[in-house]
Amino acid sequence: MGGRRASLPLVSRLCTSVKPRNNWVQKRSFITAKDLVVEEQPSGEEEKRAVTNKLNLFSAVNQALLTVLESDPKSYVFGEDVGFGGVFRCTTGLRDRFGKHRVFNTPLCEQAILGFGIGLASMGNRAIAEIQFADYIFPALDQIVNEAAKYRYRSGNLFNCGGLTVRAPYGAVGHGGHYHSQSPEAFFCHVPGIKVVIPRSPAQAKGLLLASIRDPNPVVFFEPKMLYRMAVEEVPVDDYTLPLSSAEVMRKGSDITLVGWGAQLTLMEQACDEASKEGISCELIDLRTLIPWDKELVEASVNKTGRLLVSHEAPLTGGFGAEIAASITESCFLRLEAPVSRVCGLDTPFPLVFEPFYMPTKNKILDAIKASVKF
Amino acid sequence: MPEIDKALVLKIYQNMVTLQSMDSLFFEAQRQGRFSFYLTSFGEEAITIASAAALSDDDMVYAQYREPGVLMWRGFTLNEFANQCFSNDLDYGKGRQMPIHYGSAKLNYATVSSPIATQLPHAVGAAYAFKMDQKPLCSATYFGDGATSEGDFHGAMNFAAVLEAPVLFICRNNGYAISTPAHEQFKGDGVVCKGQAYGVRSFRVDGNDALAVYATVKAARKMAVEESRPILIEALTYRVGHHSTSDDSGKYRKGDEMHHWKTMRDPVVRLRRWLEGEGWWDSDADQQLRAETRNEVIAAMQRAGPRMKQPLANLFTDVYDTIPSHLRQQEKELRSTVARHRQDYPFDVPL
Repeated sequence: MGGRRASLPLVSRLCTSVKPRNNWVQKRSFITAKDLVVEEQPSGEEEKRAVTNKLNLFSAVNQALLTVLESDPKSYVFGEDVGFGGVFRCTTGLRDRFGKHRVFNTPLCEQAILGFGIGLASMGNRAIAEIQFADYIFPALDQIVNEAAKYRYRSGNLFNCGGLTVRAPYGAVGHGGHYHSQSPEAFFCHVPGIKVVIPRSPAQAKGLLLASIRDPNPVVFFEPKMLYRMAVEEVPVDDYTLPLSSAEVMRKGSDITLVGWGAQLTLMEQACDEASKEGISCELIDLRTLIPWDKELVEASVNKTGRLLVSHEAPLTGGFGAEIAASITESCFLRLEAPVSRVCGLDTPFPLVFEPFYMPTKNKILDAIKASVKF
Repeated sequence: MPEIDKALVLKIYQNMVTLQSMDSLFFEAQRQGRFSFYLTSFGEEAITIASAAALSDDDMVYAQYREPGVLMWRGFTLNEFANQCFSNDLDYGKGRQMPIHYGSAKLNYATVSSPIATQLPHAVGAAYAFKMDQKPLCSATYFGDGATSEGDFHGAMNFAAVLEAPVLFICRNNGYAISTPAHEQFKGDGVVCKGQAYGVRSFRVDGNDALAVYATVKAARKMAVEESRPILIEALTYRVGHHSTSDDSGKYRKGDEMHHWKTMRDPVVRLRRWLEGEGWWDSDADQQLRAETRNEVIAAMQRAGPRMKQPLANLFTDVYDTIPSHLRQQEKELRSTVARHRQDYPFDVPL
């Protein structure tokens, strides 16, 4: 390829680009940040720079929302404090650009935020609701479980609220205590009819959020708040989506399969690095979508390695790790060389001063990897 | 008071009578075990039919469950009502919900769900959409006195006011939430006074006066649409029947109270007397109408009842827009279980 084509985004040659309007379903190979490291393209720092920006997670989310608002006039972003930019700055600049009828504050009432969003979505709009902290999503649980999740099914597909996406920051932040640290994903994984998606990084967040917004089913999208500022990555400027219900192998291995999501993967990666120094080859999988989850990929991995470890911040009992453990034990029983291991938060409310003890740390994971391998 | 159109009022009356016929016969059908559940609108026929007459057919309706009159006004047929109650192969809801959980996309009536008041904020979202799409339409949501205690009532009223959404909040204050009388539901002056706190203009109307209901909703709708604002309407009425077929209201209220409202305050009789006073109706016409509607309801049940139920495949469709692999797997496993133990499963659900 000769010459510089400044206007053609580089990323579109690595994966097909999504035309935003009316394109609900996308079938694309996913990209990772590593894919963006240019191998086969001509040099041209300008071209590389034109393709991606170094963004943190809240900026990546902001980009996704901007893309949707720009491309679809029937899209709306709303929630508490989103007007000025939101408490985590995810909605910065959007109200100024798109006006207060498309990006607006709601009164302080999560159940109404959801109910309103369902109504808006049922009329064919993209309703992107923000819940300020996942810890406060519970008043909206009735609307999510009894209304959104059942909207299409109960109506015999006369109606649907597929245009609804609910975003909420979740997870430990170092000092959040009971009500600014929760990981409530397990509550939602028990609800047929919705999807639950959790990104691990800025580039993943943008692509998965765009996919979630455009998916014709209501999606609950949990953003790891710990990573809003801390995680920085090259994020394509282009409009792109990453597939839902598609887990990603972050690193290949042969001795043990590790499954996680969101911020926890950072710790799991560190544990895998240390394990490899001791000769243990770890395969690390980011589940990305928790329901419906990519069971086939995880099964294929466990059939290869014979061992499984699941790790999440949420409390152990009834956590989503239990579902994965039960399912894999059922389907891969004879292949398993050790019981499925779960390294999770404790069965307590999320404590403040005891957070370092509560958390599933790198060393807890590493010890569990070794125990599994030695079983 | 708007000009009264004879044809319109006659249509309102005829629909009220048809609703009464349908309710009487379907209630009996449930008692005979022909379907599992039923809920009547006895005593509240004027509210739903007259209000529906005052709306545009394109206004989106979010009902609670005691408003089939709205659907009937818009043209839902007796067959369509019966199909849903029997969960047969023609049920638009594909047999997933209990009887009376009707819905119709073509008639702009969102499918009913059992939880109380959850539909109120939906109506606000829909109204906001109409406003943003610059359509001269409103949404109308119906609910009972009990529903005004739910958080969703508060949330919806507040959002509607702050976001300036053209919603009609139509409350059927019928005196009871199952067995709980209104004085155990709220301590203030009913429902109409709640609107002021939210900045919502509110009206109280005699819900058993069909013409008053019509006039009120007509005026409210105009305000809502032209000024992009919510309106609360409290229609005072009385629930003559039991809460549902699962209720025996004799256990918590006096027979003479029910008798009084049924005989002295019936909205259908009231409108009939008015029509007769105008010379637009008479007892022969009434007898004929009642006989006709009764036959039509029976015929609809006779058509709907013997039909096969929804096919098994519809247990798994519409959970998502497409069937995910884990559900396909569950369907496969279920079908092999059913093949092995056919006698455990109903024979009127085709495999």
